[in-house]
Amino acid sequence: MKVETIIKRCEDLYDDLDFNYVKDWKEKNKARAIGFMPVYAPRELIHAAGMLPVGIMGGGDNLEIIRGDAYFQSYICRIPRSTIELGVSGRLDFLDGMLFPAICDVIRNLSGMWQMMFKGKYVKYLDVPQNFGVEGREFYLTELAGMAKAFERVSGNRITPEALNHSIGLYNKNRQLITELYDLRSRMPHQVKTAELFLLMRASNILEVSEHTKMLRDYIAAISDSERPVRDHVRVIVTGTFCEQPPLTLVKALENSGCFIVDDDWVLGNRYQLEPIAIGDNPIEALADAYLDKTVATASRYVPGRDKGDYLVKQVREREAEGVIFAAPSFCDPALLDRPMIQDVLARENIPYTAFKYAENTGQIQVIKEQTGTFADSIKLWGSQ
Amino acid sequence: MNVQQKIQKEDSMIMQKEMIAGHFENLARAGENGKKVVYTFVPGNLNELILAFDMLPVHPEVNALQSGMRKMSGDYIQEAEKFGHSEDVCAYVKCDIGMMKKGNIGPTGLPLPKPDLLLLSYTGCFTFLKWFEILKKEYDCPIVLLQVPYQAEGKITREMRDYVTRQLEEVVVPALEKVSGKKFDPDRLKEMLALSAQAEDLLVEVWNSAKNKPSPIDAYFGGVFYIGPIFTAFRGLPECVDYYKALKAEVNYRIKNKLGPVTPEGELNDQKYRIVVEGPPSWPNFRDFWKILTDEGVVMVASTYTKVGGLFEDGFRHDPDRPLESLGEYCMGCYTNHSLPARVDILEKYIKDFSADGFMIHSIKSCNSFSAGQLLIMSELEKRTGKAGVFIESDLVDPRYFSAANIKNRLESYFQMIETKRAGA
Ligand code: SF4
Ligand code: SF4
Repeated sequence: MKVETIIKRCEDLYDDLDFNYVKDWKEKNKARAIGFMPVYAPRELIHAAGMLPVGIMGGGDNLEIIRGDAYFQSYICRIPRSTIELGVSGRLDFLDGMLFPAICDVIRNLSGMWQMMFKGKYVKYLDVPQNFGVEGREFYLTELAGMAKAFERVSGNRITPEALNHSIGLYNKNRQLITELYDLRSRMPHQVKTAELFLLMRASNILEVSEHTKMLRDYIAAISDSERPVRDHVRVIVTGTFCEQPPLTLVKALENSGCFIVDDDWVLGNRYQLEPIAIGDNPIEALADAYLDKTVATASRYVPGRDKGDYLVKQVREREAEGVIFAAPSFCDPALLDRPMIQDVLARENIPYTAFKYAENTGQIQVIKEQTGTFADSIKLWGSQ
Repeated sequence: MNVQQKIQKEDSMIMQKEMIAGHFENLARAGENGKKVVYTFVPGNLNELILAFDMLPVHPEVNALQSGMRKMSGDYIQEAEKFGHSEDVCAYVKCDIGMMKKGNIGPTGLPLPKPDLLLLSYTGCFTFLKWFEILKKEYDCPIVLLQVPYQAEGKITREMRDYVTRQLEEVVVPALEKVSGKKFDPDRLKEMLALSAQAEDLLVEVWNSAKNKPSPIDAYFGGVFYIGPIFTAFRGLPECVDYYKALKAEVNYRIKNKLGPVTPEGELNDQKYRIVVEGPPSWPNFRDFWKILTDEGVVMVASTYTKVGGLFEDGFRHDPDRPLESLGEYCMGCYTNHSLPARVDILEKYIKDFSADGFMIHSIKSCNSFSAGQLLIMSELEKRTGKAGVFIESDLVDPRYFSAANIKNRLESYFQMIETKRAGA
């Protein structure tokens, strides 16, 4: 399959705010679908109940907000209002439930709004542990067991250990290919365009996991067959985008401003587990252990020791990045409160950085592009160390 | 007015001021007295437990609010922004950071000691977690986290209770033992919890007094003074009970004499509107804001902000027979740890129980925990109670977001609307 064909498919999925793929999938499989917000949703558990997990990341820059603004003050980020817009306009009626992982107070309160506004639907605020010891583990196990029961009720299917192991296996495979894709981009950033990677990641919110895995495989095969011109860009890591997503136009602009993005944290829900989840006798425990021990660092996850920022520094070293771009959604408390702490660490390590804010419907692309362009130029001129 | 009456009116205020000043003095002398210091947050604080180890608590939000009242928050916030903190984030955090960067001089002008322990309980607010991550970088002391599960489904489950109790037993108490060098004494804790419960009983009676007409208290502007002792360093101590006894006696006196609360503009006896409030006050403009409302003849009969450290009207009391478990329940019961639907229920009940004419939502730019969802709360309350609400926006410590003229205009039209409704009724 050609790269263009695959990316065209991703674009269609990205643009389709009516989620027709999901509706068709439900119809064809006579099954149900559960939506989830960033970051930490155990998609394996939804899948094991025979349902489709659907990542809902706001409405992007194509959605006209008609009623969503009436629900949020101007100083609250964008993603909850566009998500409400999707909900009140009936675009999410196909969802049989919605998960709100505990990443900030906005998402937390949105879960309560959802309970009030969409009565009769399954709504779950997933209080992921911030205590990563035995106490947190015990608590998370009860959260997972409670969700498993609810998913069984919503789907009418039992989640057997076999079914869950099977789903874990499929998601492990998917994560492995995502890792391959990220490694490939880091090795050959001129070959794997970031805008394409972003679209492939966004597709993973929608597509059934096996189908997405196949898409990744096809893309990796197709890209290996083609030759794209090598460009003189600087290697940067983008961080802060774990929740509200930058618009595709912004992602493209960053790349066109002279930056090769060699790692990022968007659509993080699909790659927050750093290692394969164990397959064994007690897959629920395996899900909990993977979350506690082998999870990517983000602003929404507490760092117990004194190594705040080390994760990013390690990423910079491993990816041989020359700089870091902090791109945080406006009014995002977790990302923006993290920023000064991380900047201190980067300064200590002599890693150049720049920072800007965006919204999912940002129109200020040109200003940002100039800023990151200047940043790239300065790295080229002065080097990163 | 005779001397006896005057003293009755002002006793509790004087007591409260002295208690707080005394606490800051103790803090300033913590080093020379060999007292260990714990920084921790107000909502769901473990005051009795900290005191049971002979340690002293510091509440960064109290420092921030006091800086706000003393009109220093603007400078502190800008100082923090100089260090790279975004204008978008919670100003309480920035006010605290700015104060620290400028020498950590506390609200009474005395220096604050450094923490020996950061006790991070992020009840009802995710930003607390980030706040202490930031402080952790500044201080070379241990940090201990207590995760308090959110009441997303409107109740405290057995699992939630077990989680908190277990963390208290296995994480928090050992950390306090280590830092204080003292063994945990459960009997001492129990004695304190019994005193806490007494103070809580009295506070509930004070809140309920606003059902009288005229209301003898202002449950918002006045209320924030009433919660000082119980939500900070004094819960669990005999002087806390004494304070609430004195307060209760004053309130009783006012009920008997059909008097309204004392405001900076004098006694508010002519109460034209009884209003329920959601959201924190604006500290730098506290008196202006209060004056705008007293000028209109408004008395605040119930508020949610004064429940950030616990809602005791639902029957919860610290319980000496279940010390750690009840401490855990206390943490989980704070107002912002309640789900949005539960918050609507609470407000609806206030509007009805306190025969309110309407309600005011004071929406705060800083605080996602309070603010996200308040517009839905507003429409839902209007629907359920048939009473109109007014929505006002500013900030709790950032003076840049307070516009007295806008607020005044909006409130004036709101009260006109209530008048029109009344005339039509
Ligand atoms: S963008 Fe930030 S503040 Fe907004 S919902 Fe996401 S994590 Fe929360
Ligand atoms: S977000 Fe709200 S509750 Fe949290 S620290 Fe800021 S003002 Fe306090």
